[in-house]
Amino acid sequence: MFLQQLVNALWLGSVYALFALGYTLVFGVLDILNLAHGAVFMWGAFFGLMAVTRLDMPIWAALLVAMLGSGVLGIVLDRVAFRPLRKRNAPQLAAIISSIGASTILVSLAQGAFGAQVSRFPLDALPSQVFITGPVRVTLIQIIVFVASVVLMIALLLFMRRSRSGKAMRAVAYSGRISALLGINVDRIIVTTFFVSSALAGASGVFLGLAFSAISPFMGAPIELKGLAVIILGGLGNVPGAILAGFLLAATEVFGVAYVSSDFRDAIAFTVLILVLLFRPSGILGTAVERRA
Amino acid sequence: MKPRRFALLLLVVLSLLAAACAPPATQAPADQPTVQEPAAEPTAESAAEPAAQSSGLSGEVVVGCAHALSGPIAIYGEPIRNGIMLAAKQINDQKLLGDATLSIVCEDTAGDKAQAINAFQVLINQDKVVAILGPTLSNSAFAADPVAQEAKIPVLGSSNTAAGITDMGDYVFRDSLPESDVIPNTILVTKDKLGYSKVAVMYGNDDQFTKSGYDVFAEALASSGTEVVATETFAKGDTDFSAQLTKIAALEPEALIVSALAEEAANIMIQARQLGLDVPIIGGNGFNSPKLAEIAGPAAEGAISGAAWNIGNPAPENTAFVEAYRAEYGGDPDQFAAQAYTAAWLMATAIKNAGSADPAAIRDALAAIKDFPSPLGTYSFDENRNPVHTPVVLIVKDGQFQVFE
Repeated sequence: MFLQQLVNALWLGSVYALFALGYTLVFGVLDILNLAHGAVFMWGAFFGLMAVTRLDMPIWAALLVAMLGSGVLGIVLDRVAFRPLRKRNAPQLAAIISSIGASTILVSLAQGAFGAQVSRFPLDALPSQVFITGPVRVTLIQIIVFVASVVLMIALLLFMRRSRSGKAMRAVAYSGRISALLGINVDRIIVTTFFVSSALAGASGVFLGLAFSAISPFMGAPIELKGLAVIILGGLGNVPGAILAGFLLAATEVFGVAYVSSDFRDAIAFTVLILVLLFRPSGILGTAVERRA
Repeated sequence: MKPRRFALLLLVVLSLLAAACAPPATQAPADQPTVQEPAAEPTAESAAEPAAQSSGLSGEVVVGCAHALSGPIAIYGEPIRNGIMLAAKQINDQKLLGDATLSIVCEDTAGDKAQAINAFQVLINQDKVVAILGPTLSNSAFAADPVAQEAKIPVLGSSNTAAGITDMGDYVFRDSLPESDVIPNTILVTKDKLGYSKVAVMYGNDDQFTKSGYDVFAEALASSGTEVVATETFAKGDTDFSAQLTKIAALEPEALIVSALAEEAANIMIQARQLGLDVPIIGGNGFNSPKLAEIAGPAAEGAISGAAWNIGNPAPENTAFVEAYRAEYGGDPDQFAAQAYTAAWLMATAIKNAGSADPAAIRDALAAIKDFPSPLGTYSFDENRNPVHTPVVLIVKDGQFQVFE
C-alpha cells in the first residue's frame, strides 16, 4: 500500500505543481495575486473540450488550442482587470478584489455558455490504459501529467533564465521602474507574462480535465485554494519552490489519509502550511522578500 | 511592499478565500437575475386572488418555484425546473383548474441557504404565491422551509431526502422518498443477491445530504450484520480519491458503499476501477442521474443504487411523462425531473380539489391526496406529509439504469 500511496502523492503533487506554475509566475513578476487564475484554468479545460468535441481535433491539437485560447484570455484579463488599476497606482488589494470580480464573471460566462453540468473529454480522447508493476498501478494520463508538469517546469525555468523576454521579466520583477528606464518595454513584458501564465493554466486545465473527468464552470475553485497554499508554501513567485511545495502538500494530504484519517485531510495539510510559514515566513525556497522570479 | 504588511494582506485574502470557496455555491453573484417563466400569459398583476372569493378559482394562480438554477447544484435544479414547467404546461393545456391558469414564478436559490431564504421571502411577500415548490437541497430546506411555515404557505419539496424535513411544520411536504426508506431496501435487496459480508464505505462529510445518506447506510449495514472494514470521507468538489481508495483496496472489501452526489460518485468509480478495486459499488439518491454513466463511462457499469423512480416503469403516467419530456427538452428526464413533475401535478391537483387559492385550503387538500397515479407509481402522502410509494433498486447496464434483479 505504501508504494501505491507514494505514486498517488507524486501524481497529486504534479497536479498541484502544474496548476501553481502559472499562478506563481504572475505573482513573481507583477506582485499581483491573480485570483482569476482558477477561472482561466477552467476556460482552458473548456477550450480543449470544445476543440475535441466540436472541431474533432486530436487531443494534442486541442491542448495547443487551449493554451492559445487561455493565453489570449489572460491578456484580455490584464487589459480589463489589472492594467487600469496599474496605471492609477492603485493599492495591491484593489487588484486582488478586481481579480475576484473577473473570476466571478468568467465563471458566470462559462455557466451561461456550457451550463452547470459536469462534462468530460470523450472516452477515446486518450487510451485509458493502466500499467501494473508489482503492487503499483499507474494510468497513462497520470504519467502524462507527471511528465508534462516536469517538462513545463524546466521549459519555464529555461525561458526565465535564457530567453531575452524571460530575462526582461526578471528585470521587471526586480523593479518595473528601473526596467523602464533601461529601455525595457514593461507593458509588453507584462502582456507576455500574462500570456505565458494563462497558457500554462490552460494546459493544466486540459490535463486535469483529462485526468479527473470533472470539467465544470466551478472546477477552478477547489484547486485555486490548494494552488494558493502551494505558492505560499513554495515562496511567493518562486517557480521551483512552487513545484516542490506542490509535491509536499500532496504528500501530506495523501499520507494523512493513508495513516491518519480522511476526515482530517485538509486540516493536516493546512496545519503543515501554517507550521512552515511560522518558521520560514517566506516559504520553503523563498529568498529574502523583495526579489522574486 | 513591506513584508509584514504583505503577510497580513495574504492572510486576510487566504481566510477570505477559505471562507468563500468551501461551498462553491456561494461564489454565485448575490444579484442573480430572477428567472420568471410564466406558464401562460403575463405574471405580475395577477398577484393575490382574494382568498375568500366564493366563486372558487379564476384568473391566475401563482405557485412559486425556488430551486438552484445557477451554481454547481443547478445540475439538479435544471431538470427540476424542466419537470415543473412541463407539468404546468400540461396542466394549463388540459384546463385542470377550469377557468384559472397555473402560473409558475421561479426564484434562484443557487443551492445556498441564505439565497433560499431570500427566494422564499420574495415569493411569499412580493409574488404573493399560494404555494412553493422547492427548494433543491435538504440544507436549503432546513433554512428556508420555516419561512413558509411561518407565513402558512404550503411548501412541497421534490428533492429533499434528508431525515426530519417534514418535522419542521404542518405546511411542509415532500414527494421525494427519504433516504431512510430507500437505503435499507437497497441494502436488503443487494445483500440478498450479492451475498457480501464485509464492505467499505465512502461519503462526503461536508454535506447534509451525503452525510445523512451515510448515517442511514451505517444503520442499515449494522442491522443487517454486515462488517464495515473502512469508513473514508471526502469533501464536496474533491476530484482525487486515490488515497482513500488505495487504503480501501488494501482491506479487500466485497462491496463499496458510496454516499455522494453524481459528480463525485463518477470520479470515485473511475478511480476505484483504475486502482483495481473491482467490487460492486452501491449508492443512494445521488447516483440517480444520467450524468453518472455519462461521466464515469464504462466504470459506471454495475453501479447499483436505490431509487424512487425508474425510467423504464411501463405505467402509462410514466411513459407519457418520459415521452413529453423528451419531446420538450430533447433528452431523458432524471429522477429529479420526475419527482418535480409529480410535485407540480400534486400541487395543481390540491388547488383543484381545494377549489380555491387559499393556502390553508390547499394545504388540507394536499395532505388528503391518496392513490394519485403518477410517474413515481401510485402516490399518497402519509400522516407526516412524507411520500408513500415503493422504492426500486437499479443497476447500470450498458450505460442505462435498469431494475436490479
